[in-house]
Amino acid sequence: MFWNVTQSLLEGFGKTLEIFALTLLLALPLGLLLSFGSMSRFRPVKWLVKTFIWIIRGTPLMLQLIVIYYGPGLVGAWAQALEQSNFLVDWLASWSVFDRFVAVIVAFVINYSCYFSEIYRGGIESISRGQYEAGQVLGMTRTQVFFRVVLLQVVKRIVPPMSNEIITLVKDTSLARIIAVYEVIWAGQAFIKSDGLLWPLFYTGAFYLLFNGLLTIVFGRIEKKLDYFRG
Amino acid sequence: MAILEVQNICKRFQQNEVLKGISFSLEEGRVLSVIGSSGSGKTTLLRCITGLETADSGKISVGGRVTFDSSRTEKLTKAEKRENQLCTGLVFQSFNLFPQYTVLRNVTLAKELLVKETCRAEKCGKAEQKARLAAVPEEAKRIIESVGLSDKLDSYPCELSGGQQQRVAIARALMLSPKVLCFDEPTSALDPEITGEVLAVIRKLAKEGRTMLIVTHEMGFAREVSGEVIFMHDGVIGEQGTPEEIFDHPKTARLQEFLSAALRA
Repeated sequence: MFWNVTQSLLEGFGKTLEIFALTLLLALPLGLLLSFGSMSRFRPVKWLVKTFIWIIRGTPLMLQLIVIYYGPGLVGAWAQALEQSNFLVDWLASWSVFDRFVAVIVAFVINYSCYFSEIYRGGIESISRGQYEAGQVLGMTRTQVFFRVVLLQVVKRIVPPMSNEIITLVKDTSLARIIAVYEVIWAGQAFIKSDGLLWPLFYTGAFYLLFNGLLTIVFGRIEKKLDYFRG
Repeated sequence: MAILEVQNICKRFQQNEVLKGISFSLEEGRVLSVIGSSGSGKTTLLRCITGLETADSGKISVGGRVTFDSSRTEKLTKAEKRENQLCTGLVFQSFNLFPQYTVLRNVTLAKELLVKETCRAEKCGKAEQKARLAAVPEEAKRIIESVGLSDKLDSYPCELSGGQQQRVAIARALMLSPKVLCFDEPTSALDPEITGEVLAVIRKLAKEGRTMLIVTHEMGFAREVSGEVIFMHDGVIGEQGTPEEIFDHPKTARLQEFLSAALRA
């Protein structure tokens, strides 16, 4: 039985890892883009991005999952019921429900981009003006200063908050359960109904724990690697 | 012909008028020190000359090249901006070395980027670019040796004392051979017992005939190293003259007050 359960949970954990990896892959660069937006000197962009971040960080990820999964279908159905035809209505009426997995990825990427962008922003703004000025008086362009001088210092500073956020992401993947994506929690829960067993659900904790242990070691290594300079 | 010419520079931050029409010139191979109490505008003046601040009005030219002119209307290209920037060099009070790079890399980085860009602009071949890039570390090592840090080439800034860091910063500025080298209170962030090693380097540069503009609180040093001294007060040049005129025969009450306060400190 133990092996059966383990096998079943491993299958679910595969999905968990998929959500984790895809979110990370897409949200890391998107977050950087958003952080540039939130630091933009062009006011409308800055306030638009800041409002967006406020909304996403200010509402539960679970709710965002539900809205993204059911929202488009709801709007589509509503537009269909209008019984009038124009470009906008037809376009809205063509909306339908996302694939569950796609909806999960969209919601997670949006949510985590916002959190990452704030970490990036904090890191970038913590670099002293003197570093930019030193680059400038040496004839370097703004882009050169950012990539050659500032970036690695930012990376060093954001590793601890990033590792925190990424470990949270591992556990947040369990929220995908709410729109019936088969991940490890659901895999464990399924044994309650089918076999009357509660322990497989508890057992899922071991999977998260093991994986986060691994991540902790990786982040520790990165921190150590960047330990050669101060600043 | 003066190598640095500053004409009627004005600068205000909101309601605060920091520079109220500063004009002076500096001959090639000479050293000019700027003294004055905090808030007199001397650092802002230096920042306007080195392009870190944009003056509201006036004109600055370095070696015959107009680097700033408030009446100019056309936009500068990137290459022109860089060329203007490279006319002057600046050594900061707080060093501002790049912490993640070794001493050697701190000195070579900007020059390497510059070589690559000039090669791209001149469309010179891969071999030519490689040869030019290969010359950069050699030159850097010579300059680092001249500030007495040959044994620290592979050290990181955090492993150096303040005085050593400031000498690296000087080498980094020298690497781009600016026509005028500017110093913004180069020893103010240092412990008194190690200001000497930095001042010795600046003294040596003065002997070699390098044109320098030094904002400083070190009265003894300003007197010894410079050919001319400017006393700034309240955004204007209060007094200007040789070190003897300024330190031994101050004409204005302002300067007399400043000097007696500086001596007491």
